[in-house]
Amino acid sequence: MPIQYYIYLCLALFSIGVIGVLTRRNAIIVFMCIELMLNAVNLLLVAFSKMYHGAALQLTPGTTAGIDAQIFVFFIMVVAAAEVSVGLAIIVMMFRNTHSVDINFLNRLKN
Amino acid sequence: MSTLEILFYALSAFAIISAVMVLVSKNPIHSVLWLILVFFAISGHYILLNAQFLAIVNIIVYAGAIMVLFLFVIMLMNIKQENEFKKHLLVKFIGVLSGGSFLVLLVSLVKQTVQLQGQKVLLKEGNIGLIHPLGKALFTDYVVPFEISSVLFLSAMVGAVIIGKK
Repeated sequence: MPIQYYIYLCLALFSIGVIGVLTRRNAIIVFMCIELMLNAVNLLLVAFSKMYHGAALQLTPGTTAGIDAQIFVFFIMVVAAAEVSVGLAIIVMMFRNTHSVDINFLNRLKN
Repeated sequence: MSTLEILFYALSAFAIISAVMVLVSKNPIHSVLWLILVFFAISGHYILLNAQFLAIVNIIVYAGAIMVLFLFVIMLMNIKQENEFKKHLLVKFIGVLSGGSFLVLLVSLVKQTVQLQGQKVLLKEGNIGLIHPLGKALFTDYVVPFEISSVLFLSAMVGAVIIGKK
């Protein structure tokens, strides 16, 4: 499978995430779109890792080249889990103060 | 067309359609359920790439833990249908336009890149995605970041409790 197909797929998913962040006003949906973008990047990292691994496998059989990208994906998932827990706590706190999850209420830092 | 290609196209279409449905569905709970379907499609892609550990971790962590957290928060807040806050149509149009031009720009950039021409992704073969090589790399070369991530989790847990307690 050519690498370009994977890049196009991940770009489409990432752009859908960008459009969601730009067009929706519900803070939870915006947060979910950020997760979608993270996942698109993860998929692209794994695809590049397999591309690099396939090229290295022809030179030296039995090599584990390209494993670093998969470790990176693992750490991205770890950081995303930590980020989600804190972010959802912030959204819950915001809902408690304003009784809404509309991001247009979050303009108190403006003045 | 081989089986792998059919699987690739089917999973890609599934992922993109579900991702679009995340945006267009009005009810936030439906968005969460569609996003879970996106994660399952991405896990299918991982299995296709023979990254089995990441596929399982993706299902357990994302579809199992994170999205359940989202669902709990949405049910806790008891949000009504989001009729009261709609974005202005012009803002929506500009958002879609900028996202679409971002996509078109990057696709044309990838199309022109010489270094990517003829590069193939190794499907179904290659054992770097299995548990044995990944565990070996994780606990030898990457043991320090692994331990630091536990501290990160601890601080995130403390932060979430402190923020949510008030």
